[in-house]
Amino acid sequence: MAPVEAHAAQQHHPIKLYLLVWGLLFVLSTFSYLVDYVGLQGYLRWSLILIFMVLKAGLIVAVFMHMAWERLALIYAILLPPLLVLVFVALMVSESSYVLLTRLLFFGAAP
Amino acid sequence: MSAPLKPSSMETLPSGLTGLAADWASDQRAFKNVSWGKAMMWIFLLSDTFIFGCFLIAYMSARMSTTVPWPNPSEVFALEIGGVHVPLILIAIMTFVLISSSGTMAMAVNYGYRRDRRKTAALMLITALFGAMFVGMQAFEWSKLIAEGVRPWGNPWGAAQFGSTFFMITGFHGTHVTIGVIFLLIIARKVWRGDFDTERRGFFTSRKGHYEIVEITGLYWHFVDLVWVFIFAFFYLW
Repeated sequence: MAPVEAHAAQQHHPIKLYLLVWGLLFVLSTFSYLVDYVGLQGYLRWSLILIFMVLKAGLIVAVFMHMAWERLALIYAILLPPLLVLVFVALMVSESSYVLLTRLLFFGAAP
Repeated sequence: MSAPLKPSSMETLPSGLTGLAADWASDQRAFKNVSWGKAMMWIFLLSDTFIFGCFLIAYMSARMSTTVPWPNPSEVFALEIGGVHVPLILIAIMTFVLISSSGTMAMAVNYGYRRDRRKTAALMLITALFGAMFVGMQAFEWSKLIAEGVRPWGNPWGAAQFGSTFFMITGFHGTHVTIGVIFLLIIARKVWRGDFDTERRGFFTSRKGHYEIVEITGLYWHFVDLVWVFIFAFFYLW
C-alpha cells in the first residue's frame, strides 16, 4: 500500500488551515445572509450571491476536500464535467424564455 | 505550507500537465496514488452533482417560465423571535450549523491521518450531531410550511411550482444529510474501537487498516455542505 501511505503523508496539514477556512466560510455566509437582510435587489444582489457562493464552494472543494493537493488528472476529471452543465443551463434558460413567451401570448397574464 | 514529503517510490511520477497526460494514458489505474476508494467516492459525487444539477435546472426553468409570481423566500422562511420579525433566519442558522459540521469533519480527517483515534471519533460524532441538528431544523421547517398550506402542487403565496421544487430539492438534500449522519456514526464507531489500528476486517474495513475511510466519509460530508451552498444561493437567496 505504498501509494496510499504516501498519500497520507501528503495530507498532513496544520489544523490552523482548517480553522481559517472554517472562519472564512462563516464570514462569507454572513455576507450572503446580509445581502438578503439589507434587501439588495437586481444585478447587485445576484452578482453578490454568485460571488459568495463560488468563493464558498471553492474553499470547501479546494481545502476541506483536499482537491488542491490531488493529482491534476483527478482534478480535471471531477471539475470539468460539472462546468459543462452550464451548457445545459444555457439551453434551459432559452427554453424557459420561450415557454414564458408562449404562456404570455396564450394566457395574456403579466409575470 | 511546506512541500509534501515524497517517498522515493513516487519520485518517478510526473506532475502537472505531463502527469495529467501520463495518468490518462496509463493502461492501469488512471489516478496514480489516488486509492480506488477515494476515486470511486469522487466519481459517485460527480454523478450526484448531475442529479442535483438537474433538480436546480428544473427549478430554474419552472421559476423563469411561470406567469404567476414566485413566493418571496425571504418572507416564507422568516421567523418571529422574541416578537421580532427576522427574514430568512431559519435558513441562515441551518447554513451555519452545516458549515460548522464541515469544519469539525475536516479536523476529524486531519486527526485520522495523525492516527489519533479518540480525537477523530469525537470530531466525527460532533459532525454527526451537527448533521442531526440540521435535519431536525429541516423537519421543523417542513412542518411549519405544511401547516401553512404548502403542498407539492401548490402554496398560498403564488406559483404552484414553489411547493414541488421546495420539497424535491430540500427533501433530496435532507436525505443525503441523513445518510451522511448514519455513515459518520458507523465509521466513528470503527475508529473508536480501533479497527484501523488492529486491521480488523469488516464492512468498509476489508482492506488494510489505514484511516483513509475517514477522508472518504469526509468527502461525502463536505459534498453535502457544498450542495447546500448552491441550494442556499439559488433557492433561498435568489
